[in-house]
Amino acid sequence: MAEEDDDLILSDLPDDELVPQMHDDLYDGLKEEVVEGVEILLSRGWTPYRVLTEALVAGMTVVGNDFRDGILFVPEVLLAANAMKSGMGLLKPLLVETGAPRMGKMVIGTVKGDIHDIGKNLVAMMMEGAGFEVVDLGINTAVEAYLAALETEQPDILGMSALLTTTMPYMKIVIDTLTEKGLRDDYIVLVGGAPLNEEFGRAIGADAYCRDAAVAVETAKDFVARKHNQVAAG
Amino acid sequence: MTDALSRMLATRDWLMADGATGTNLFNMGLSSGEAPELWNVDQPDKIRALYRGAIDAGSDIFLTNSFGGNASRLKLHDAQGRVRELNRVAAELGRELADAAGRDLVVAGSIGPTGEIMEPMGVLSYAAAVEIFHEQAEGLKEGGADVLWVETISAPDEFKAAAEAASLAGMPWVGTMSFDTAGRTMMGVTATSLVELVEKLPHKPLAFGANCGVGASDLLRTVLGFAAAGTERPIIAKGNAGIPKYVDGHIHYDGTPELMADYAVLARDCGATIIGGCCGTTPEHLVAMRAALETRPRGARPSLDEIAERLGGFSSASDGTGEGDTPPDRPRRRRRG
Repeated sequence: MAEEDDDLILSDLPDDELVPQMHDDLYDGLKEEVVEGVEILLSRGWTPYRVLTEALVAGMTVVGNDFRDGILFVPEVLLAANAMKSGMGLLKPLLVETGAPRMGKMVIGTVKGDIHDIGKNLVAMMMEGAGFEVVDLGINTAVEAYLAALETEQPDILGMSALLTTTMPYMKIVIDTLTEKGLRDDYIVLVGGAPLNEEFGRAIGADAYCRDAAVAVETAKDFVARKHNQVAAG
Repeated sequence: MTDALSRMLATRDWLMADGATGTNLFNMGLSSGEAPELWNVDQPDKIRALYRGAIDAGSDIFLTNSFGGNASRLKLHDAQGRVRELNRVAAELGRELADAAGRDLVVAGSIGPTGEIMEPMGVLSYAAAVEIFHEQAEGLKEGGADVLWVETISAPDEFKAAAEAASLAGMPWVGTMSFDTAGRTMMGVTATSLVELVEKLPHKPLAFGANCGVGASDLLRTVLGFAAAGTERPIIAKGNAGIPKYVDGHIHYDGTPELMADYAVLARDCGATIIGGCCGTTPEHLVAMRAALETRPRGARPSLDEIAERLGGFSSASDGTGEGDTPPDRPRRRRRG
């Protein structure tokens, strides 16, 4: 009997137990269970946006916090992000259909001259995990490519990554070019990468340096909220 | 014990490795974005100058310019078909100089990470990783490398795959990981777990350790972690010359030659046998490190406070292995069967 007790049937759980269970399943990177949970909530009449925010994003926030606090490491976070992405796959078309509010959009890329991408990929995955739309430009991204993507994608955030001390200065080239063109203030510019620090972020004129993917997500949420407030006030 | 590194380890109680490759090549005019490995063929004199910098500064071991010379990385430069050639030439250039040096030198064939995330989190399979490393290992072997030098790894499976590749190539090897995330590697490996991993491998490395990461202090804390795990295997310490700082449009590492000299002696006191630098470490630093290792006496194993006092503070409060790190209880619901 005890074994049967352990075998939870998700569809038998009331909403207020299913949602925390989904948070746990996300935390444990259980892809199929997360997808099943999303399906159940939708079938119970939840709006896609509510499923996204209360079940998925809230669950990923716990993952992000534990990553930030050094309790989880990259492998666990990647598994959780993969599970989140599966759930998102189901929600994405529905969110568009229902005209749900957007969390925000980010264009991200590793700067020109730099071919490292694990950290950048991780940020992209965590940002998607937090419900952001992410356009990944890949590695070795020249200033022209950033500019083109900013124009076509109209994101809220520009994210740049570098893992080499020799490529970090390229971030300043991109920011200076934005400033020259009078575009700098149109975007929130976040930078990250192992050899960077806050001082560097300030020196090159970024809005913030993000120590890791979890910090990137928190910072992005914070800045996007401020930006929206500004728009509302203006 | 037929390989050059084993012979040297048997007769000496410390060895000095080299410093940075990237930093020094960029100082010679490599522009970012270029694959440094292409210079083995296109600018061999500059690669010779790189090696000579380390040799003339007193290194016993120097690494070949082949860090990113695996198919996975070279693909980004559309040079994935040149793995064998670029690695062979990297080693040949080193072999030439080592044989002419008039003293014992170890040509270490550098092997960096694939840059891919391995299954199940990512898409790179273990078998594919072994194949990627094996191809590179054969090139380095062909060019006359004495030992394979696997470095900056963060995932246990990637470390294992490199070990298996070394075995397939019939080469002795050493392996170091980069502990850059609050005392652990990006993939969560602690100093203690690397010691355990190394001893479980069928083809064990001649030495193992840490490279790169976050500054000299953190690296020594990791070395103390290896030593505390009770390993008998020689430990490698290859730390960065301080922390990168942005000054007037340029990046420069804040570690002075004096600081790196202190670091070298402290690394030996911490239990390291093979001591070198990583990013930011120029021949000037190496000269100071060599002089310090030769002239300063060994001391007692330093405490974390002494390391912090002499080399600067740590990037995180703990090294990720302490008992205080057990995760706080998260109320868990029943797991599904």
